[in-house]
Amino acid sequence: MHGRKLLLPAALVLLLSALVACTFNPNASTWSADEVQTLRSLSLAVLKPLPPDPSNAVADDPAAAALGERIFFDTRFSANGAVACASCHMPERHFTDGRPFGVGVGVIPLNAMTLVGAAYSPWQTWNGKNDSQWSQALLPLENALEHGGDRTFYAHLIAEHYAGEYTALFGPLPDLADATRFPPHAGPVDAVAASIAWETMTPDDRDAVNRVFANIGKALAAYERTLLPKPARFDRYVASLDDHGRPQGQPILNDDEIAGLRIFIGKGRCTNCHNGPRFTNDAFHNTAVPGAPGYPLQRGRIDGVARVQNDPFNCLGPYSDAAPEACTALRFMVTEGDTLLGGMKTPTLRNVAETAPYMHTGQMATLAEVVAHYSGGGYALLGHNELTPLNLTAQEAAQLEAFLHTLTEEPSP
Amino acid sequence: MSPAKLVLLLLTVLLTALLAGCMAPAGMAATPTGSTLPADLDFSATRLSDNGLFRATYTSDATPVPLNELHAWTLHIESADGAPVENAVIHVNGDMPEHGHGMPTTPQVTQELGNGDYRVEGMRFQMGGWWAITFDIEAGGQRDRVTFNLQLK
Repeated sequence: MHGRKLLLPAALVLLLSALVACTFNPNASTWSADEVQTLRSLSLAVLKPLPPDPSNAVADDPAAAALGERIFFDTRFSANGAVACASCHMPERHFTDGRPFGVGVGVIPLNAMTLVGAAYSPWQTWNGKNDSQWSQALLPLENALEHGGDRTFYAHLIAEHYAGEYTALFGPLPDLADATRFPPHAGPVDAVAASIAWETMTPDDRDAVNRVFANIGKALAAYERTLLPKPARFDRYVASLDDHGRPQGQPILNDDEIAGLRIFIGKGRCTNCHNGPRFTNDAFHNTAVPGAPGYPLQRGRIDGVARVQNDPFNCLGPYSDAAPEACTALRFMVTEGDTLLGGMKTPTLRNVAETAPYMHTGQMATLAEVVAHYSGGGYALLGHNELTPLNLTAQEAAQLEAFLHTLTEEPSP
Repeated sequence: MSPAKLVLLLLTVLLTALLAGCMAPAGMAATPTGSTLPADLDFSATRLSDNGLFRATYTSDATPVPLNELHAWTLHIESADGAPVENAVIHVNGDMPEHGHGMPTTPQVTQELGNGDYRVEGMRFQMGGWWAITFDIEAGGQRDRVTFNLQLK
């Protein structure tokens, strides 16, 4: 009888302790085997080595990267002597600028994309108008709103300031001393005088300048290839999971961040596009992101396709170092269909909490606005909208945002 | 059954339920909804064409078939009675039926390897989920279509 009377309180104690253990058990299984597989696919630990760029013979040459780095920060490479690549791609801001629009010689109505990990992508810029980093680097140099210069101006700068480094990498520079053959300002640019000067140059002289210009891009790209993503708290968390989805050791993510991660790979369907260890599929999608008020709508990928096909500095062009069959991005490019109009490249989400504002014209100031857009949906003014609203609760939206903060790289130990 | 026993039984059931709930991965309840994936999809790498004219098999250079990675397939085509099909003209198309879009590339047959084998270059998938890859095959004056289903992660 005595033992029986004890049974009930004993059971109660057991029940309570189970409740406590369940709530506070750090070894509780958080993820299914499938989910563990998804989480690991997002971890930097599975990032593959950087693919080669066959169109750039100096892509992995440290001397080229060193030259590229100096040019990257050199404001002499601009019309007003005040603009460098680093003006919009600031190292301390993960190679973005914190502004909606880029500010060079003028204002560029596009948001500066990060360069971190960009070397992995077959396409550069929001609409993919370049098939290599070196051909991309040339566009801002001659854009009237960005660096505002022209290609003979840049060739002269190389001859004046970087002749030794240049010739060691690329061979002799053309003799640019004759100012009638090589005017101080000439190039296929908006500035009328420089444009006319370019037209009056001989094809051979233009070709010689083009080659120097392309090599500037190749050195810049060699530097940009060294800008690779670094591990974030998220990566440590994934590394701490055993095969049964149980985190080992000290807690790395808090409950809200874990809940946000669950939304990211589940209800939020974020990994449809933000997949792989860089959190991007490098593809073009139309998610009904509104345009910047007062500016023409960006037509996205459809313009990028037309531009890259006609770019003399593309992988198939005369300044590329690649055999034509190695130009796989161009060879298998999608050139038609209703997915091109309004399509923008999926941006990486690594360091996303530190790289506001967001979207192609920086039209969203905060991550909360971005999450609200994907939760509420939108109407595409151009093209076919791929976005179906997620209908997140306020708590889910906050959790998703909390998770995005775990993708910021941590200081090296 | 005495009231005490009943309470004890109830408590035991509660405890068991609680422990089971505690141990199961919480994510099991969080499967994305809204999938229209047909239940009876055939994911085989060898399939008959729609009208039974060809039997085709694909092998991927990269296994498992990866996301975000350009890779090549080899497509083997034989007639229904097992003879290799030579000199076929083949068009490739990849589609995500649940998303209304296709691949980020335009894959092409770039080489006939002999013995009914064809090299398919430019394969790239940008999204996990159900993919339907169709090969329109024209050979010996006959035309048919074979579709492979893939479930990518």
